[in-house]
Amino acid sequence: MNQPHQLSGSTNGCEGETHKTKKTFWRTLEELAGSESQTNLVKRLEQHAVMIENALDRRDFIKLMSASLALAGITGCSVQQPTEHIVPYVRQPEEIVLGKPLFYATAMPMAGYAMGLLVESHEGRPTKIEGNPAHPASLGATDLFSQASVIGLYDPDRSQTTMYLGEIRSWGVFLEEFLKDISKQRASQGAGLRILTGSVTSPTLADQIKGILTAFPKAKWHQYEPAGRDTAREGTKQAFGDYVDPIYHFENADVVLSLDSDFLCAGPGSVRYSRDFMNKRRPDVSNPNMSRLYVAECTPTNTGAKADHRFPMRAAQVEGFARAVAYKLGINLPGSGATPYTDHSDAIAALARDLQAHRGSSVVIAGDYQPPIVHVIAHMMNESLGNIGKTVRFIDPVEANPTNQLESLRQLVNDMNAGTVELLVILGGNPVFTAPIDLDFPSALSKVQTRVHHSLYYDETSALCHWHVAAAHYLESWSDARAFDGTVSIIQPLIAPLYSGKTEHEMMAALSNNPDQTSYDLVRKYWQQRHGTGGSTGGSSQTSTTPGQASSPPSNTTGVAPALPNPPDGFDQWWRKSLRDGVVANTTAAERAVAIRNSQQAGTASNIPPLNPGEFEIVFRPDPSIFDGRFANNAWLQEIPKPFTKITWDNTALISPATAQRFAIEIDPARRGGEHGNMVSDVIELNYQGRTLHMPVWILPGHPDDSITVHFGYGRIRGGDTGSFKGFNTYLLRTSFAPWFDVGLKIRKLDETYELASTQAHHSMENRDLVRAATLGEFKQNPKFAKSEADDPSKSKWLFPNWSYPGYAWGMAIDINTCIGCNACVVACQAENNIPVVGKIEVMHGREMHWIRIDRYYSGDEHNPETHFQPVPCMHCEDAPCELVCPVEATTHSSEGINEMTYNRCVGTRYCSNNCPYKVRRFNFFRYADYDTPVVKLQKNPDVTVRSRGVMEKCTYCVQRINEAKITAEEQDRTVRDGEITPACAQACPTRAIVFGNINDPNSNVTKLKAEPRNYGMLADLNTRPRTTYLAEVRNPNPEIKTE
Amino acid sequence: MHRVFHPSSNIIARVTIFGGLIIIAGICWVVYAVGTSSYVTEVAVPRSQPVPFSHQHHVSGLGLDCRYCHTTVETSAFAGIPPTATCMNCHSQIWTDSPMLQPVRDSYRTGVPLVWNRVNNLPQFAYFNHSIHINKGVGCSTCHGRVDRMPLTWEEQPMEMQWCLECHRNPNKVLRPRDQVFNMEWQAPTDQVTKGAELANSYHIRDTHYLTSCSTCHR
Repeated sequence: MNQPHQLSGSTNGCEGETHKTKKTFWRTLEELAGSESQTNLVKRLEQHAVMIENALDRRDFIKLMSASLALAGITGCSVQQPTEHIVPYVRQPEEIVLGKPLFYATAMPMAGYAMGLLVESHEGRPTKIEGNPAHPASLGATDLFSQASVIGLYDPDRSQTTMYLGEIRSWGVFLEEFLKDISKQRASQGAGLRILTGSVTSPTLADQIKGILTAFPKAKWHQYEPAGRDTAREGTKQAFGDYVDPIYHFENADVVLSLDSDFLCAGPGSVRYSRDFMNKRRPDVSNPNMSRLYVAECTPTNTGAKADHRFPMRAAQVEGFARAVAYKLGINLPGSGATPYTDHSDAIAALARDLQAHRGSSVVIAGDYQPPIVHVIAHMMNESLGNIGKTVRFIDPVEANPTNQLESLRQLVNDMNAGTVELLVILGGNPVFTAPIDLDFPSALSKVQTRVHHSLYYDETSALCHWHVAAAHYLESWSDARAFDGTVSIIQPLIAPLYSGKTEHEMMAALSNNPDQTSYDLVRKYWQQRHGTGGSTGGSSQTSTTPGQASSPPSNTTGVAPALPNPPDGFDQWWRKSLRDGVVANTTAAERAVAIRNSQQAGTASNIPPLNPGEFEIVFRPDPSIFDGRFANNAWLQEIPKPFTKITWDNTALISPATAQRFAIEIDPARRGGEHGNMVSDVIELNYQGRTLHMPVWILPGHPDDSITVHFGYGRIRGGDTGSFKGFNTYLLRTSFAPWFDVGLKIRKLDETYELASTQAHHSMENRDLVRAATLGEFKQNPKFAKSEADDPSKSKWLFPNWSYPGYAWGMAIDINTCIGCNACVVACQAENNIPVVGKIEVMHGREMHWIRIDRYYSGDEHNPETHFQPVPCMHCEDAPCELVCPVEATTHSSEGINEMTYNRCVGTRYCSNNCPYKVRRFNFFRYADYDTPVVKLQKNPDVTVRSRGVMEKCTYCVQRINEAKITAEEQDRTVRDGEITPACAQACPTRAIVFGNINDPNSNVTKLKAEPRNYGMLADLNTRPRTTYLAEVRNPNPEIKTE
Repeated sequence: MHRVFHPSSNIIARVTIFGGLIIIAGICWVVYAVGTSSYVTEVAVPRSQPVPFSHQHHVSGLGLDCRYCHTTVETSAFAGIPPTATCMNCHSQIWTDSPMLQPVRDSYRTGVPLVWNRVNNLPQFAYFNHSIHINKGVGCSTCHGRVDRMPLTWEEQPMEMQWCLECHRNPNKVLRPRDQVFNMEWQAPTDQVTKGAELANSYHIRDTHYLTSCSTCHR
């Protein structure tokens, strides 16, 4: 028992050929270490004993029970059902069919860029977000942020009124004062007027701001995104002389080299990119080919997890690595780089040969957190490899005013400190919290005479501003935005503003002295004008000005959507069609020819000094679940286990196992209820440039040594009830000179510990043979590598007669080869099925409620392991262990093979959960669902029961969607078509790793996948005959590179 | 040695045992009788409404079709309750001064909806769908009774799970041709057993296991 990783081979006693390729998979470092130290065991037993001591004794239990029985008797007295009411419309809106949802196309702006969505609306309440199949950034899928944004709309902590110095004012009073301030500015041509926004792609907003800057020629427009893409922008400018946006075509790429780029899970095109990329990685017998991915990265990312070769290195070494590859490719680079990269020379040579062999079908992509020079090198490599125009295309910038945002913010702070800013209008964003610490934004802000903040929450910045205007959520707004490839979407509201929120268009209209204009009028009028002016036919974007002058913000504001030809059917028809489709036709940006500038000029080496001994590199990254802090009050995102650490509700300093060993840092899994419910972590002091921060540590396998990653976004003070005082504010260490990484960090272990809620070890399946993986070579030799004789125990071993499924038989196939671990399915499931959040303490008890979880496994050594993601929903076993032990038949087998859960029958024995080998059943230990907050109820899916206390629940394959599709089909006297039913998880999945359908239909997609040789059932040797099966993982390592 | 118990103890014991059983049985009967009484189930108890709407008058008197007001009964889970505007289609022309219709006119004028008291009420964990029942040949009157004879509407059936399952276990006994679904006068023919089976066959009614799977109604 001391070496659990050997269990898999020995328990089933099957040493067939399939086990030759078997790897060792582990989830936690202690699992890898094998044995549990004696001291730990004693500590756990002690804690257990304390729990038992505190438990109720028999007498108290009986007292309590009799009291509750008596109470139950009293409530039983009213035997009549309470009267319910039906409240019909007075005038029923057109198209509304009560009981049937409507779907509207809109788009979510995320750091400016649009994600095209279809939003489900029940009688006017948006309840669920889906991707828009017609939108280039979505293709029908979403990321976790857009999935979770719907509860942002119903957040009771959202700001609800206009405020002046913390007191409620009306919009009218604000306008009166605001217009006075503006008229003062008119005299000075706006010399004291500044507008601060995030990245703007909205053509209407850009046009409005441009109008304001024309009216106030001396005013200035600044932009700042805390997780901005300055380096990518500057990279293109240094390489090509102009700001341009690269668009990658992974569907044509056979070899991909990522230089610290998490293109699968971060950035405006990531959902699209992950689909394109994974479509090249679905090997089957007829086409056993797949692309190859090399990743050089610092902090482990989802992209790195899918790499065929991952080179962990400090963030500062990526440039050296890139130079080494470029040198092998024969590219003449100026400068030598600060830190020459000497490791992995054989691998780099092989990698370069691989890239050379795939000229025109490879991609080199640099990460947004790497300095411009790395981007320049990547562009040069792409050019030298003939990729430009094939796998990498360039377009004019999608942003309306591309600029170096850090410099823009610095300029604003300088102006504020100089006292020249009289009126500052902040549209969105939270710069007091997010601005680099060395700029001291709050004190500069205090020197501005009138400060206006327009935002969704009364946040840290609002508190330091005179005026706060409540913003409208994007689901309440008319607006527009552009996708990563330039495609325009018109954002239409799903609901009128819940709390008198104003859009940024209305703010800008007020600023231009037209406060009565609605954002609908503004957006519509803008597009009407675009049609009037345009004359070109194809929608090419030659009208934008030269972006090269963009460093002075006000000068360049016309790089917006291309002019459009007059619509043949009239503007109204065009407008309706654009709204219906969710994309404006012919607005995808045209390719732009670029050429590398004289390579001698192309960038100078970044001047990051080498690491001094004893010092560390500090790496800043936006948080994987709450991003830059803007989603801090989103409980769904807070409770999502982060992809690698599986930590919820917190952020930590990530360090490598070797570094942890050097400092004797430990994470101690303490048993508090659940399986390793909470993790007690050591706290360290980070000392960087004289600023210190105390933070808990997380030992992350695969993290490079001598480097420490901290995620920013946590530590909010005014983040709402959910988001405040959670985690640690690492913005306090982030400077404008090194927003992404720097040397010179000193750490010290403190004599303190901190409790973290990590689901890392929850639902442990004792390291059985759960994840199966092989290399492409092994797959070609033996396509059935994932099959095992033990998986098919004779059916005669089952006591009961087999079920027959004359009609449908629902099943699911999950391809763990294409799963990128992005968590979109988890949030989608939560939204669709009314799944509650439980909070940090309950997660520590192992009581999180997610119906689908993503297990993360490692294989190989702890310094650079391979990472595997495995989504685990209910398996809907044909011989389900849970069904047999339920004393009240609350969990039963349907005629279509669904393992049903009937909440109203459940009495909460939890026998089913105990008997489930997959640990996919969730129990409502308390009344987690919020029955009390009125606004929260609006989000609930009316087709799914909201569960109360004492009830077991689990994945139902989205039975409400199955029933809906079946009823529709039966009314049309036909059978359900393949693809007509998509469970929420499958619908959200960016890579289409989850496929659902009728396994009785030989032509259905899911049946075909299940017939593939990679298909295997998890724990199938237990004779549960799971309906959900997995497609094993295949990696495509370069045979020339020897793994260490 | 004298007896510990007096001979009458036997009688006391017998009375206690059998009497106890009778009392328990009696309690059970009372609970059952109360539970199935119209006091609890509210079957056949007319509900008061803000406007004393008479189905009898509108259906058998005027001959309105069910679907004139319950517009979505063939397409949606919810049959639909008419918006005030539907009432005003006629009542802007006739009975325009009737004091009984004052709430309707008020609602139309002010935009504040009428609040009706629900008559047929299912618990929230049961998901009934009207459209599939209509499309499979289950008539309105099968569950709702002779609505055309109700001056004020009442609940015709208890709408308990047992009652639902009676049909889901044997749907043949209530099936009627699709063109008779909205016919209030429809009576089961004498050969309903064979007619019902034929209809079940031609309407592709699924088997009992399917119809009685929990997830058919609960989710």
